[in-house]
Amino acid sequence: MPTFFRIVAAQLTPRLGDVAANLALYEAEIERAVRDGVDVLVFPELSLTGYFLKDMVSEVALRLESAEVRRLREASRHVALVAGFVEEAPDFRYYNSAVYFEDGEIRHVHRKVYLPTYGLFDEGRYLARGNRIRSFPTKFGRFAILICEDLWHPSTIYIAALDGAVVVVCPSSSPLRGISDGAVQDDNARYWEALNRIYAQTYSVYLVYANRVGFEDGVGFWGGSEIVAPDGTTVAKGPYYEPATVGGEIDLARVRHHRVIAPVIRDEDLDLTINELLRIRGRPREGGELPAEALEKAHAEARKTKGGEVREGKGVEGRGTGSVEDRAEEDRAAGTTRPKPRARRRVAAGRSK
Amino acid sequence: MTAHVPSVLPRIPTNPPLLRRILTAFIRNEVRKVGVERVVVGLSGGVDSSLSALLAAEALGPENVLGLEMPYRTSSPESLRHADAVARVGGFQVLRIDITPQIDAYFERFPDADPVRRGNKMARERMTILYDHSARWKALVLGTSNKTELLLGYGTLHGDMASAVNPLGDLYKTQVWALAEAVGVPEEIVRKKPTADLWVGQTDEAELGFSYREVDALLYLMVDLRYTREELFRVGFSEAFVSRVAEMVKNSQFKRRLPVIAKVSHRTIDRDFRYARDWGR
Repeated sequence: MPTFFRIVAAQLTPRLGDVAANLALYEAEIERAVRDGVDVLVFPELSLTGYFLKDMVSEVALRLESAEVRRLREASRHVALVAGFVEEAPDFRYYNSAVYFEDGEIRHVHRKVYLPTYGLFDEGRYLARGNRIRSFPTKFGRFAILICEDLWHPSTIYIAALDGAVVVVCPSSSPLRGISDGAVQDDNARYWEALNRIYAQTYSVYLVYANRVGFEDGVGFWGGSEIVAPDGTTVAKGPYYEPATVGGEIDLARVRHHRVIAPVIRDEDLDLTINELLRIRGRPREGGELPAEALEKAHAEARKTKGGEVREGKGVEGRGTGSVEDRAEEDRAAGTTRPKPRARRRVAAGRSK
Repeated sequence: MTAHVPSVLPRIPTNPPLLRRILTAFIRNEVRKVGVERVVVGLSGGVDSSLSALLAAEALGPENVLGLEMPYRTSSPESLRHADAVARVGGFQVLRIDITPQIDAYFERFPDADPVRRGNKMARERMTILYDHSARWKALVLGTSNKTELLLGYGTLHGDMASAVNPLGDLYKTQVWALAEAVGVPEEIVRKKPTADLWVGQTDEAELGFSYREVDALLYLMVDLRYTREELFRVGFSEAFVSRVAEMVKNSQFKRRLPVIAKVSHRTIDRDFRYARDWGR
């Protein structure tokens, strides 16, 4: 396995809902990449179909066995690809998917998990939500794909990194928004750039961020694609608001080097995380109970067990991190039970598999 | 009605170099994807249309911009002088079309029409001329309405509010001024009192009863940062001012939407028939 390879983000301007035109754009980029000896070519989120598709979603969606996808598979004999499009599943659900092709095969499909449906976004209205975050092997080492908003949820890259990814690829269609005095880019671009560096460094991974440009109904996409190394330094950076081919070299020895210096991934306590998450999941969700009801229940509980009075907030929020006794009391107040010890052991045992 | 503008509040950012970059890219992109190279823009001699026209000249090349001056007999001669000056700065051509005959012919039948009706009629007359020239010249009509006007509803529906692409619709007047200065709109245009020039001596701020800077400071907190009424009072805006502006925004919502359509089918335009304007482009 090479530890050294060349990866390119194609920062292009797709046409909204015109798959044929976008496939032509893809093929021009592929041709150039092959000529330049690129190993992996990454296209932005939904760049084969366009982003603000609305009712076009079902009209432009592609099956994995479609002629268009087959062409990408064939092209991947010459350069590995990450392509972004609306995927029609056999059960007619539509996903915001990014597909990794290598040596003429589909090696991985990531279906976007976190579909932004707020502000200018409406993905949840039109698309089904993915339910997996997986790293996967490639010729170049272990990758993970997270699409745009996925990466705004720290849990996704946490899972990807602990699942072994050393390169995290993030295809994105990130709209520009927010103007601040003195900045050369919009606020959203700046937020992403901070995020990419923090994540690359925190998890000792290469982060390859491929964002599109152009406008859809007046909404611009900011570009600025980049490759960030595990030490947080920038390997390659694309221009803002203009199309570009953004390429750089990935040297997995730098991942090793960074993980030797800062073995954060090695020290990560997965069992602790899982147990704490199970504990949190077992608690009633905030807002799930009316405050008055919860308080009433807590008072009743307190009268029963102690005959005493309830400290304010106790049992309502139930966020104590105290002794075992405290936790048991908290559980009773919240009306929940913890996972049984046996279940816990099973979780712990699962690690050695 | 007075409004106090506190000095420590989040202020409207201007960042002219960034806005200039984004807006010229927007014009190039949204115009060309329709298969068109050119725009027509109505030049009033004011800062909004001057800025729009200069941004378009920069984005598309001055040979692809046509400025239309459409004075009425009562229009201020200064407005025409300013419009000419902007065309010289931008290096694009202008065409002057006097709308007096068609306006007067119409109001001969309705001599009692008040200034507002007359002003609206003129704005709509200018719009029909712009659209006619857009067809004649294979061009899009470039909009000039800014965010302050659009939010307050201070514009004529199907008149100056009509356009195909509008680069300034998300810029407050305060931002328009800053960008205009950076892009090279002549200083006397940036500094003069804004007016729709619908009747002699009209100024926007006298008609509205507050200054653009005051209302922009309020709208920025209210709309962009979503301050509640109580938060707005706490930072020093008077209840009367906040209420008045909030009412203006609410009451003009219809101007920012398509006409209401009676739903009878399963799939109604813009309700459950939803496509982007840039469909396939």
